[in-house]
Amino acid sequence: MAKGDAYTLGYAAIICVVCSLLLSTTASLLKPRQDIEVELDRKLNVLKAFGVATEDERGKKMDGAEVDRRFAEHISEIILDGETGQAIPGLTGRELSREDLEQKRKLPLYLWKEDGRITRYAFPISGKGLWSTIYGYMALDADLSTIIGVTFYRHGETPGLGGEIATEAFQKQFVGKRVFKDGRLQRIEVVKGTVADRYPEGNDHAVDGISGATLTGRGLNQFMNRDLEKYGKYFTGIRGGG
Amino acid sequence: MAENLKKILVDPLSESNPITIQILGICSALAVTVKMETALVMAMALTVVTAGSNLVISLLRKSIPGRIRMVVEVAVIATLVIVADQFIRAYLFDISRQLSVFVGLIITNCIVMGRAEAFAIQNPPLPSLLDGLGNGLGYSLILLIVAFFRELLGSGSLFGWRLLPGGYPGNGMALLAPGAFFALGLIIWVQRTLTKKFDTE
Repeated sequence: MAKGDAYTLGYAAIICVVCSLLLSTTASLLKPRQDIEVELDRKLNVLKAFGVATEDERGKKMDGAEVDRRFAEHISEIILDGETGQAIPGLTGRELSREDLEQKRKLPLYLWKEDGRITRYAFPISGKGLWSTIYGYMALDADLSTIIGVTFYRHGETPGLGGEIATEAFQKQFVGKRVFKDGRLQRIEVVKGTVADRYPEGNDHAVDGISGATLTGRGLNQFMNRDLEKYGKYFTGIRGGG
Repeated sequence: MAENLKKILVDPLSESNPITIQILGICSALAVTVKMETALVMAMALTVVTAGSNLVISLLRKSIPGRIRMVVEVAVIATLVIVADQFIRAYLFDISRQLSVFVGLIITNCIVMGRAEAFAIQNPPLPSLLDGLGNGLGYSLILLIVAFFRELLGSGSLFGWRLLPGGYPGNGMALLAPGAFFALGLIIWVQRTLTKKFDTE
């Protein structure tokens, strides 16, 4: 059945319009729901970095209401200026643009309060691994010297190799490492091989690398320390003379 | 007629299974079968898309201009895939992260396009719907079998429930791509032996 060019063009146009209408409707209807999920996931990861158990023994995740409750109860957020390292009063995380966060011009800092005192600090860390940008959080104790928890929640590293950074086993190693000692920042180091081989005399700021993921480890070394330095300016102020 | 329709629906489950007989959709069959949960969601998404695109294209078949036939087919498929992807992102957030690009890649899955081109474009809506459903289910069946073995042998669990005792170390190879190749190869072997359809002698 031969049909004219006009028919073909008109047909294509109608298909395009119908498809795009359908897509934009679905996307805009589902957007709020997707945003809730993304926000929940972000909060869950902040909690995890703070050392809160976010999964029960069977691996079932904490539900949304509980996450929000814990968040409201303990956590407040302040924003630091990336250049000066000073807190910017009156600014909240929701007002930050993606670029601000990605280029670290503005730095969000989460404060964990217990009985009115700040007992823990957490902040986002991110940077290049081997294939992808890795996103995570790091939490420090009250005197900002010891790591309480590190999580990596989004990455595109090789599954089974670099992807292992997302496992509990790898992340647990960071707990208790010293990032600040004798008045100075200490470099966190993901070593190639094991800490025991590399530093037989012992070491309080290095963790075992993942075999087959040397370059991912190198990426972590680079951005974890860079981000620590960025926040370091503010932390020095809190540590006071210390 | 009813007999015919049943054949259209059931055939793709074994005798003309899209994965094991036609060897289509291998890429996603390898990628999402580490766990039953992801395999199930992927299988459902593909089944819905195949059935849906077959139905729509069959309804449009008399009006589609021949010269832009494939363009229209791809537009319909892509729309359905993106809609499915949006739903997964909204309601199954964790799984959508694990499936990452593979839901989007259903657009390029040969099974969907293949059924539209081979069947829906020249058959009435009901048989087309059943054909899409059948092929989707055939794909699902193989995905779930592969995922069953990979998750059981690799992690000692099914749907995240631990089945094998805690001392079971987990076979790392089952979790990597080669494990999927072995599982898929064995399934194809078993199936071709059983159906005898591809006896070359």
